[in-house]
Amino acid sequence: MPRDVIVLLGVNHKTTPLEVREKMALSGGYEQPLKDLAAIGGLKEYYLLSTCNRVEVLYTTDRPAETRKEVLELLFGRAVPPKELDRYVYQYENEDAIQHLFMVASSLDSMIVGEAQILGQLKEAYRNAAEKNTSGLILNKLLHKAFFVAKRVRTETRIGASAVSISYAAVELARKIFGQLDNKSVMLVGAGEMAELAAEHLVGNGVTSVVVVNRTLERAVNLARRFNGRAASLEELVDQLQHVDIIISSTGATGTILSKKDLKPVMRERRNRPLFFIDIAVPRDLDQDINELDNVYLYDIDDLQNVVEMNRAERDREAVKAERIVEEETLKFSSWLDSMEVTPTIVELRRMADEICRVEVEKTLGKLKHFTPKEQKSLEKMASAIVSKMLHNPVQYLKADNADHSNQRHGRINTVREIFHLNENGGKETERNP
Amino acid sequence: MSYLLFQISFLGYFLAMAAYIVYFVSQKNQVRLIARNIILAAGILHTLNIAVRYYEAGYTPITSQHETVSFFAWSIVWGYLSFRWRYTVKNFGTFVSVMTVALMFVAALASREVLPLVPALQSWWLPVHASISIIADGFLALACIGGIMYLLQEREIKKKRFGLFYSRLPSLDALDKLNHHCLSIGFPLLTLGIISGSIWAKQAWGAYWHWDPKETWSLITWFLYAALVHQRFTVGWRGRPAAIMTIIAFLAVLFTLWGVNYFLGGIHTYAS
Repeated sequence: MPRDVIVLLGVNHKTTPLEVREKMALSGGYEQPLKDLAAIGGLKEYYLLSTCNRVEVLYTTDRPAETRKEVLELLFGRAVPPKELDRYVYQYENEDAIQHLFMVASSLDSMIVGEAQILGQLKEAYRNAAEKNTSGLILNKLLHKAFFVAKRVRTETRIGASAVSISYAAVELARKIFGQLDNKSVMLVGAGEMAELAAEHLVGNGVTSVVVVNRTLERAVNLARRFNGRAASLEELVDQLQHVDIIISSTGATGTILSKKDLKPVMRERRNRPLFFIDIAVPRDLDQDINELDNVYLYDIDDLQNVVEMNRAERDREAVKAERIVEEETLKFSSWLDSMEVTPTIVELRRMADEICRVEVEKTLGKLKHFTPKEQKSLEKMASAIVSKMLHNPVQYLKADNADHSNQRHGRINTVREIFHLNENGGKETERNP
Repeated sequence: MSYLLFQISFLGYFLAMAAYIVYFVSQKNQVRLIARNIILAAGILHTLNIAVRYYEAGYTPITSQHETVSFFAWSIVWGYLSFRWRYTVKNFGTFVSVMTVALMFVAALASREVLPLVPALQSWWLPVHASISIIADGFLALACIGGIMYLLQEREIKKKRFGLFYSRLPSLDALDKLNHHCLSIGFPLLTLGIISGSIWAKQAWGAYWHWDPKETWSLITWFLYAALVHQRFTVGWRGRPAAIMTIIAFLAVLFTLWGVNYFLGGIHTYAS
């Protein structure tokens, strides 16, 4: 019996235009398609992932050639003719499939490399599959590994930092339309990490008020609290358009939530103050036609991506600059760190000696009850003078010459630490002292 | 003497335009500062030119084609510089300097002869009416330039195809504000110009209004701007329609200034 093959079929923003992705997206949830896939006998384990930028199915099978056709037919047959599908769909097997999954999980294959949303979406997709028992030993292990890889990538690289790029593009466009963003307000329709990130970025650039609109008001209220804004229900959407300037839309709605017809009276009411719509939902929330209205600007996710591309050269330059600064700061910091290593040792040394001195003085004074306060003072003074004199040379030895080779300095520090037994609790102290 | 000053200031405007174009392409701030100093110097020389000509001719030099167009260019430059003093509109200077050079070119081609003033113009209304009208035209020209810039920028943002202008032109809001500012100075001046002309007409020709082609056309122009200003204030007209209207209305200004003289004639034509 041949070994099972892991197959990954999918489309993403690189292979497929938004118009087609829109049709292919599993906007009705995972439940039904997962159930449907059970009808294909060749699939052993499988799971589905559908996001703004990709639709992917991963499965194990012993008959990869036949199942490909069946799976594609079942999932996308209604949306896109098979001939066209072959042009868009990519297929990876075994190692390639695993690698691709890890790339996706770590957001390296994302439209906005480094955005964190994909991991949540992947987990959600996996949870659905696990609940329906369509994943088994291999997929469970594989997906958990993917989560682990994503986490490692996130913690060990700065990849997440570039996720602001789409927000950056949104802010830049808003600036080109509105000039200053002070006193402008933004409305979030639906939620999602990318939308929130963009809103956050706008607020960071001067936008003063935030309105959150959501199907579930509770969610809206929670999110609004985060931005110090107001919440509103989806029914109020059109009314709310009077009061805002920038709208970020990312609902999971299958149809459009706003059309040109709705907007015309709004613009009259607004006295033609411009409106800037950012539609990052797939399928799109907003009717493309509204861009035709005067003083209304609509950008969907692909449009924003073009802006991001445009900024790439500039960002690359910025990256070089950042690296140089990091390098410079690293050098500065390490030399500072090196020079400061002597100080915590001295501090510890003094503390230890003072502690011994204090304990011994107390012990002695306990026996010498007839001592006057003045005599007690003298005794204390003597004790601490002895300690200071004793420590003088070791401290000078440590401080000897800050400029000499760090190996020698480390050697001296080490010697002192060993002689005075400072190593047991030394670590903590070194950290605390600047 | 005045002609020499005219030539030097023309050259200055030309150099400023060249520098502004270099700045437009390269976006190097140093170049912008150079361009600005040149245009300022040329503007001052141009002022001197007009003053000297006033002295030489003995009347306000806004009568012949050469004088009028030169004064028009002068008012655009100083209108621009007065804005620059208050707030900056990115790369506005490039467009303004091109327009100035074009006007100076027209002025340079026209006859520079100093003719004795016809009796109808021998009035202290001449400096008042003519200068107010031409300065109004200057601000309206700036509004038109702002409108053109608005349309260029809006096109790239709307079509989502970012070319030469997107990064170089200021925000739509800034351009729309510019339009608003220029109109709110230019339109009252235009109104004043027409009123002063009408009073002068009463004194010189006996009636406030003759339906002379120039008068008719300035009234048409006035109505175009009045409509635009009215729409702006009442229904908040702005953006593309306002920009297009500004440009159309300015074409009417140009026609009033020249077209009427060439095609329609009338008693307002002195400079033939």
